[in-house]
Amino acid sequence: MDLVEAIADLREEEALKIVKDRLSAGEDPLKILEEARKGLEIVGNRFASGEYFIPDLIYSGEIMKQITEIVKPLISQTTQVKKLGKVVIGTVAGDIHDIGKNIVVFMLEVNGFEVYDLGVDVLPERFVEKIKETGAPILGLSGFLTLAFDSMKRTIEALKEAGLRDKVKVMIGGGQVTDEVRKYTGADAYGKDAMAAVSLAKAWVGASSNFGRR
Amino acid sequence: MEKKWEEMTPEERQEVLIQRWLSPKDPQGENLKFKTPEAEAEYKARVQRLVDAIQLKKVPDRVPVLPLPNMFPVYYYGITVQEAMYDYEKCFAAFKKFVLDFQPDATMGCMGPGPGRFYDLVDYKVYRWPGHGVGPNQCYQAVEDEYMKADEYDALVTDPTYYFLTVYFPRAFGSLKGLSLLSPPTYVLEFYPTFSAVHFIPFALPPVQEALKVMAEAGAEVLKWIQGVVGWNLEIMASGFPLLAGGGCKAPFDTIGDTLRGTKGIIIDMYRQPEKVLKAVEALVPIMIKMGSEAAKQNGVPLVFMPLHKGADGFMSDQQFKTFYWPTLKKVILGLIEEGCIPFLVAEGGFNSRLEVIKDLPKGKVVWMFDQTDMAQAKKTLGDSACIAGNVPTDLLAVGTPEQVKEYVKKLIDTCADGGGFILTNGAFFDEAKPENVKAMVEFVKEYGVYR
Repeated sequence: MDLVEAIADLREEEALKIVKDRLSAGEDPLKILEEARKGLEIVGNRFASGEYFIPDLIYSGEIMKQITEIVKPLISQTTQVKKLGKVVIGTVAGDIHDIGKNIVVFMLEVNGFEVYDLGVDVLPERFVEKIKETGAPILGLSGFLTLAFDSMKRTIEALKEAGLRDKVKVMIGGGQVTDEVRKYTGADAYGKDAMAAVSLAKAWVGASSNFGRR
Repeated sequence: MEKKWEEMTPEERQEVLIQRWLSPKDPQGENLKFKTPEAEAEYKARVQRLVDAIQLKKVPDRVPVLPLPNMFPVYYYGITVQEAMYDYEKCFAAFKKFVLDFQPDATMGCMGPGPGRFYDLVDYKVYRWPGHGVGPNQCYQAVEDEYMKADEYDALVTDPTYYFLTVYFPRAFGSLKGLSLLSPPTYVLEFYPTFSAVHFIPFALPPVQEALKVMAEAGAEVLKWIQGVVGWNLEIMASGFPLLAGGGCKAPFDTIGDTLRGTKGIIIDMYRQPEKVLKAVEALVPIMIKMGSEAAKQNGVPLVFMPLHKGADGFMSDQQFKTFYWPTLKKVILGLIEEGCIPFLVAEGGFNSRLEVIKDLPKGKVVWMFDQTDMAQAKKTLGDSACIAGNVPTDLLAVGTPEQVKEYVKKLIDTCADGGGFILTNGAFFDEAKPENVKAMVEFVKEYGVYR
């Protein structure tokens, strides 16, 4: 039985059984985790190609969470997986919507990015602090309400004041965000969906994008 | 002799509701006195324009235009959302100014901000509002959570009312925890009098009494507020502006997804316990129909506002939409039509992949308001059977120019208005917007949207 496939096809019970069986057979938990990650990557690709939808993504995340809970306590040493780059992300001040942002986080993670998710209602100074702390070259700002436009603008201004604007690429997205809003906020780019966010992030770190134009 | 409601056909019922919409009454049951004969003529012309656009029987005199705001009137009036929520008079003044300044063909009313003190008293957990988790000038926002647990579907389906009162209420309202102790009223039977008596014991318990005390106080606050709302409605109607909706309800799937289980909860349930979800949405159908139609009848306005959330493009697959979302939504829509109502379906997000499915409804009985759906495709697919409305983007109203707005409105009218069956609205309910953009939207429709 194939763990990668079971996760990719969202067969929860089967996936969990494989994990437990293989652990009790003494298999390396790191190898199991790596296979699970590959399964999620396939889920991400199917989502990008329109075969999967938001529910599939969320359900796969739930399956992964359970696998991680089983496997994590058994891992003694951590291995350093090579990441494509760091991204700081959050829903801007005054806005507590996070469904879209969480999908972007999921897609960035399965595509190899190290994502620092600051959650919702994030003040400009918290974004700036996190950028300083992590040295992330990419900032993702999410917002669902129209009031988020001003918060995005203020966040980008705060970045400027901190002298970081030329070191960080900023992408925005969410509900009513369009290129008009991008201009208004002073962001570098806006993304219509999570796939756009991955393409932008990959382009910015100089990695090739695997969506559409392979 | 007049026919009883029960004896009427759905068409006759709708005609009764439309007549009541056209000729509103005051609280004493007398014909409403309009401020001027012009106001009366304008009022009736506006209702007729909407009715013509909806029924698809004749082309209206022009495209109806509805700027449908969220908190915009509050910002436009220059007060904070917090002030609007706690100082009802200021709120009413703000929404009145919005209607008088922008001259819409109908209004959603002044109820948006709501009675702030009610939320305080009941300690509402489902929202954050100014002073309680968001800033003074921000709209309240919903806090999704698993207010219903994954293993409670049977309890919900067995007795939805008891479930809401004793399980949902204590979780949704911090001050009403005591209600969890109540007995089911359906246990009070002609059986043995003692058995009836014991079900009254909970009312003696301090947590229950505390909850009832809060409910009485909170109810009084809402009563005070609603009296102002009724006065506002009468004044606005007398000035020539119809109310757009008489009531509201939700798609059964959204009721469970938004209100009870949360997005993640209901999504996981679709995979782990699909049968339970299907039973639950089915159980909610008659409740939703009653919720929408009773209010519409009481208020004498046939339109029933139905905001749709989790059926949007991408939020589920087509197969999931056809299995979990649409069948019971369709039953609610048909049930409302049966009662003479006109469902006003607000399809938030995109509905491009759903158009073929949702066209399966009787002709001229509903309005589909679209947010980000391709309007040309919507007209092509639904134009023969349903009135469509939409979709001036909120971002354009917020950061665009009046010229850009006019350009968009022109394209929209060129695409959708041919032969009637179109209402021009914004796509999503707006907070921030430039007043000149909202004005441009309304005025340009009045000029360019005339059918000749």
